[in-house]
Amino acid sequence: MNWKTTATAMGLALLASTSGAFADGVLNIYNWGNYTSPDVIKKFEEKYNVKVTITDYDSNDTALAKVRQGGTGFDIAVPSQTYVPIWIEEGLVQETDPGKMENFKNVAPEWANPDFDPGRKYSVPWALGTVGVVVNTEAYKGPADSWGIIFNTPDELKGKVNVVPEMNDVIFAAIKYVGGQQCTTDKEVLKKVRDTLVAAKPNWIAMEYNTIEKMDAGDFKATSDWNGSALRQRLANPAIHYNYPKEGFGLWSDNVVVLKEAKNVENAKLFQNFIMDPENAAGLSAFHRYANAITGSDKYMPADMKDAPEVVIPEADKPHAELQLMCPPDVQELYTKIWTELQK
Amino acid sequence: MARAEEVAREAERRDIRTRWLLSAPALVIIFVAATGPLLIVLVYSLLTPGPYGDVKWQFSSEAWVSVFMERDIFDDTLSLAAAHVTIFWRSIKLAIVTTIATLALGFPTAYFMATRSEKTRDLWLFLITIPFWTNLLIRTFAVLQIIRNEGIINMALLKLGIISAPIQILYSDTAILVGMAYVYLPLMVLPVYASMEKLDFRLVEAGYDLYATRFQVLRRIIFPLVKPGVIAGSILVFIPAIGAYVTPSVLGGGKNMMLSNLIELQFGQGRNWPLGSALSIAVMIIVMVALLAYVRNAGRSEVRHG
Amino acid sequence: MASSFSIKHQPGFTAIAATCFVVLYLPIVVLVVYAFNAAASTSEWGGFSLKWFQSAWQNTQVIDATLRSFQIGATAAILATIAATMAALATTRTAAYPGLTFKYAAINQPLMVPEIVTGVALLIFFSRIKIFTGYSGLGYLIAAHTAFCIPFAYLPIRARLENMDLTLERAAADLYATPWRTFRRITLPLLWPGILAGLMLAFVISLDDVVITEFVKSGGQDTLPTYMLGQIRRGITPEINAISTVFLLLSVAIVTLFFFISRKRD
Repeated sequence: MNWKTTATAMGLALLASTSGAFADGVLNIYNWGNYTSPDVIKKFEEKYNVKVTITDYDSNDTALAKVRQGGTGFDIAVPSQTYVPIWIEEGLVQETDPGKMENFKNVAPEWANPDFDPGRKYSVPWALGTVGVVVNTEAYKGPADSWGIIFNTPDELKGKVNVVPEMNDVIFAAIKYVGGQQCTTDKEVLKKVRDTLVAAKPNWIAMEYNTIEKMDAGDFKATSDWNGSALRQRLANPAIHYNYPKEGFGLWSDNVVVLKEAKNVENAKLFQNFIMDPENAAGLSAFHRYANAITGSDKYMPADMKDAPEVVIPEADKPHAELQLMCPPDVQELYTKIWTELQK
Repeated sequence: MARAEEVAREAERRDIRTRWLLSAPALVIIFVAATGPLLIVLVYSLLTPGPYGDVKWQFSSEAWVSVFMERDIFDDTLSLAAAHVTIFWRSIKLAIVTTIATLALGFPTAYFMATRSEKTRDLWLFLITIPFWTNLLIRTFAVLQIIRNEGIINMALLKLGIISAPIQILYSDTAILVGMAYVYLPLMVLPVYASMEKLDFRLVEAGYDLYATRFQVLRRIIFPLVKPGVIAGSILVFIPAIGAYVTPSVLGGGKNMMLSNLIELQFGQGRNWPLGSALSIAVMIIVMVALLAYVRNAGRSEVRHG
Repeated sequence: MASSFSIKHQPGFTAIAATCFVVLYLPIVVLVVYAFNAAASTSEWGGFSLKWFQSAWQNTQVIDATLRSFQIGATAAILATIAATMAALATTRTAAYPGLTFKYAAINQPLMVPEIVTGVALLIFFSRIKIFTGYSGLGYLIAAHTAFCIPFAYLPIRARLENMDLTLERAAADLYATPWRTFRRITLPLLWPGILAGLMLAFVISLDDVVITEFVKSGGQDTLPTYMLGQIRRGITPEINAISTVFLLLSVAIVTLFFFISRKRD
């Protein structure tokens, strides 16, 4: 092969890649990966004749960093409740007043006026979830409704436990396990947290995100995880159970906000309203496998989610749920040091 | 006489100018899209962290202090940042071992390719690159499929009755090394091949005529001649390997941080951009020193040819 | 080969090379085989099926991302190789001149920085430009990829140049060939394997990049790696295997085609 033919090959390859056409309007969504139902998007595109693009991020921090620097071209983002106050405080989002939108009446009362966005002036609920403990009951039959599975691993599970490496979630769980309050600055508690984590680590096999497939295949027999992920695991392998730790477990919610620099504000507002419709909210849930905050959506929910113990928190466990907060910067610094100590 | 000297000097000056013009595009692109923005990182390392990431425009040397020293959060004593040293050393060690492994595998492979007939060489070149037309993540996941407990290796050994229970390869140091060697191999093979392909085998023949053994020929003739390629390959493997973290975390389980994880933590959940910046610059300095030492050392014994 | 004495033979080298090729292709074979797996899990075999190809074909996000990866990779690799070749010509086969060391350092600089750092630095820098100019197209990604591909393309080309015989070029110059003609007829063909190696490396490196792309991309600019990064938390489906298989087959087909065409012409 000489240089001319190679050049031609490369040139042809370049020509082969083309860009898409545009509809009347555009909406650029910036969301977590594999989180946005293509069916619901299609429905939205057809209803309003808008072309939607979806771009993925993999962490709240990446999303925040990018949007804060600006010039991203996104209209909509979906930060978690811990980050929503930062987005508001830093002036990154527009006051679209979802509280006054037509479909707002569908939002469940307990999510209609949350602390992270009083009066819902900026955000619309996208998904709700919890962080708990997943155990394969074939490997371990004892009680599993405790963070002890992770931090004081029973013999049967030693060397088979995974921990999802989300710093804030892990430290939250460890604080609950040693009996402290989230965002604590109490050095005694934090010392216990560090010692617990460092002592527990040798019993873990890994700290990674890719739990669904590894639990199913048997590489892991237990893991800390999000509930939607646990649901997928149980559907693949009925022996896998999701447990709500009795020491207290984290509750989270992701929320749709419109960026200040959005160019397609009207379409973004239409979208905010659109996903508060029960049928659409159920459509989103059917894809991302988490609960939503829209009343009336349960009758459109897929059968395997309606009464799923992962999605609907059992009454007995409800008192142990606690909405996770964003800790102040100085606390976050302590957490980072503990985390570095753990993973060094 | 003076005139001839002047003409020569003028020619030399013109040659240097041409050389600057030729290198201009590369320099400009690199300055705009790599080096220039790094100045921002340098400045950031001397500022105060913002409350939720980013920086406050206030001078502080705190970041640089915490690269080397750490204040214990419980008894407030200042000591050497042992965690940082451990993590730095882990990444450097992995990079060194990976470079050696890829050289041990890549050198013979490049030699094999370079000694094929001229017509088939390009084919071999493509054969070695094709597996790498899939991206790093996919390649790493493919390696995972093979070495995991339910993977091909364990299944085959179980079927053959060689082992009775799967060997835990995944999440071990071996797994990381296998994966690293796998994903970085072409970075070694290609440059070594590029300089070997030009190898003048008459010199090899001369060596044999002088009753050299095969190993002597390899060590005294072939190796010195392809040294530029080996140097290039080692650099290309070593440096990215220091910053690697996809492969170590997918195959190693992510329990222990690599340098990149440590830096990413500061720019992400740790929200300490100045510390992240200072750590990055520290890495750059280490890499540059290592590189200079290596190139100087390698250059000293280099045989000039051509 | 074994019977007669071959000067090219080195004991064990062929065996190592053979092992290398087997090891290189084994994961690829597994990857391709599992693209035809009916089960959703990548760890068990559920029978032969084409369903992942179908679902990948309907997943416009993944198709777009793949094409975009290819587009950015090809463009950046070509630009980087051209720039690197010129730079290599300018920095080899010469006595030291002022600025030579600076050039070495500058060209290799993108190598020395962990990706995350370049990513953040470019995020800050490009955002300003995006806001200032209002342009947020693929240009930024291509520029960023070109920059970090240059050292990868440069090193093999330089290695090749350093080993190159100067006599032919001198002869051409003695015969009053213009510098351009000498370059095209003599230097370029001799340099070609190095350029090809550099081009391949640059392309592969661009395809691999996750972190820098993640920070630089604007709306609707996911590449296959950044798309996959977003998927990891929720499990990667064999759709990715299917896409990679198609991608591999296409590249193999193109390469084979051009290989035979050029062979025939020779």
